[in-house]
Amino acid sequence: MADLENTSEDSIIICEDVHKWFDDFHVLKGVTTAFKRGEKVVICGPSGSGKSTLIRTINRLEVHQRGRIVVDGIELSDDLRNIERIRQEVGMVFQQFNLFPHLTVLQNVTLSPVWVKKVAKSEAESEALALLERVGIEEHAHKFPAQISGGQQQRVAIARALAMQPKIMLFDEPTSALDPEMINEVLDVMRELAASGMTMLVVTHEMGFAREVADRIIFIDEGAIVEEAVPAAFFDNPQHERTQLFISQTLQH
Amino acid sequence: MENNSPQSASDKIPFWRDIRVLRVLFQVSFLIGVILLAGILYTNMLRGLRGLGLTLNLDFLNDEAGFGIAEGIAYEPSDAYLRAFWVGVVNTLRVSVIGIVCATILGLVIGIARLSSNWLVRNIAAIYVECFRNIPLLLQILFWYTAVILQLPSVRESFTFFGGVFINQRGVYLPSPQPTSGVKIWIGCLAVGFIFALALYLVRLRKLRQMEQPGFAAKWALPAFLLVAILGWFLIPGKPFTLELPALKGFNFAGGIYFSPEFAALLIGLVIYTGAFIAEVVRSGIQSVAKGQWEAAKAIGLSEFQTLRLVILPQALRVIAPPLTSQYLNLTKNSSLAVAIGFPDLFNVGNTMMNQTGQSIPIFAMIMMSYLFISLTTSAYMNWYNRRINRIGR
Repeated sequence: MADLENTSEDSIIICEDVHKWFDDFHVLKGVTTAFKRGEKVVICGPSGSGKSTLIRTINRLEVHQRGRIVVDGIELSDDLRNIERIRQEVGMVFQQFNLFPHLTVLQNVTLSPVWVKKVAKSEAESEALALLERVGIEEHAHKFPAQISGGQQQRVAIARALAMQPKIMLFDEPTSALDPEMINEVLDVMRELAASGMTMLVVTHEMGFAREVADRIIFIDEGAIVEEAVPAAFFDNPQHERTQLFISQTLQH
Repeated sequence: MENNSPQSASDKIPFWRDIRVLRVLFQVSFLIGVILLAGILYTNMLRGLRGLGLTLNLDFLNDEAGFGIAEGIAYEPSDAYLRAFWVGVVNTLRVSVIGIVCATILGLVIGIARLSSNWLVRNIAAIYVECFRNIPLLLQILFWYTAVILQLPSVRESFTFFGGVFINQRGVYLPSPQPTSGVKIWIGCLAVGFIFALALYLVRLRKLRQMEQPGFAAKWALPAFLLVAILGWFLIPGKPFTLELPALKGFNFAGGIYFSPEFAALLIGLVIYTGAFIAEVVRSGIQSVAKGQWEAAKAIGLSEFQTLRLVILPQALRVIAPPLTSQYLNLTKNSSLAVAIGFPDLFNVGNTMMNQTGQSIPIFAMIMMSYLFISLTTSAYMNWYNRRINRIGR
């Protein structure tokens, strides 16, 4: 614990030798890294490399089978209370938005504050409306998810995650399911969020966004970190052969 | 060939190739076929009745029935056939309504249990479903009747619970509430409480509307009404109801509420059989909700139970409602198996009436119409419910 406490001064997430298997398939092969408070990290890599799985282990949507993950001083274990506490501190945005189709936009955002944090409904609603205004969809608050566009849905999903006032936000390919003309409205919200000092872990293929916003880029291939560097070094002077190949392929289009 | 412009006028199409003509033609010929068939059957029936010396009329319904009915609403053998038939209808309704409520609860619990992450719970639920779904219902009802209920202890050795509930091979005896002289004052008290609660309900409803919030509108009204009811109960001199306990008189219990062994066996059989089907309906409904919904709900910190209640079940209900309706209809219709163990349901009573009067056609028609009416009412309600839940969020 001694070394952990030292690093946890500025590290909000610590991963130590994290392993994960799906049956026989070894998805994560000993990932060790740490994320600082307020840091924006873009995680990239070819599909099937384990980048999504890595961020999903951080809020326990996937269970890691070996190694340790500590989030804001709480170790992820089989302790239900720890899992509950971590999920309240970590917000997540999914590729497919995953809004609740039977609830209005506003209800989507207030659901968790009302039921988990037991915030009074009126208070939760005014906070939710403020968040919806922040992501620019306050006028759709009483519509159902099916009645708004994909980009708008993803912005609602961001507001829903923010409603729990998380310390960390995880983004799992947030723009991959969007039509091209809607990608920017979501990235703009993420830029604004980054500027506000939120700790962000973003799995994405948007290399422009990565270069502009990220403090650090982690390149994962075949379940292990191949290279991590600041954007300028990552894009202009990649050290590893696989990174070079990935960058040349991604930047072609 | 150059002058061959596309055909624009429909009258160029010969009628045997014209879809519009053919469509009408097929329907008309089908209708004629149905009418002819019905006519043949009807004349055949009339010829048969003439041979037996019977005419088609319902006068016999006012004749004295002359046979006893073991249980149900008030009835004497000296009552008319119509009354006897009505006793059967009420008995069918009673077993169906109680059966539907119990089967729904059982099916919901087992359906959710089948998806549990707990190995034991999941497999016990699976075994239950596979066993009871795959054994004929008639067999199950006979099993509960002869192998379980009739093997219960005799009257003098009844299982006794709380000093007022008795279970033995003659049936189930429960205490029944009997009104006393204080009951009128208490009902008056309830009326005042109801008006008070209604006012509270309307106030809260308006407040919720103003805040544009969904919420439990009866949140104040319900406790207020209960409070008045309970205060009234204790403050009025003399209790409004006394419990009449079943008491052993001679060879059997008297007083209280009574369920016969036949009723119990039929109910248990129907509930356990239909519950297994409903469990499958519930399971498939829950599985139809995308996995991402579970993940999103977990990620915002909802517990497993909250996820199920607030996110999964409301969406699953859309898939569950239509096949659930079929199961309700099946339960109602399957209750006619009562005839096998002698429970006096609609079909059983009707059967006795046919044997006594020989008026099989009108009685068959009455039985069919009764089931049809019960089923169509259930269907209409479930369709309305289905439309209501489907309107939200689509």
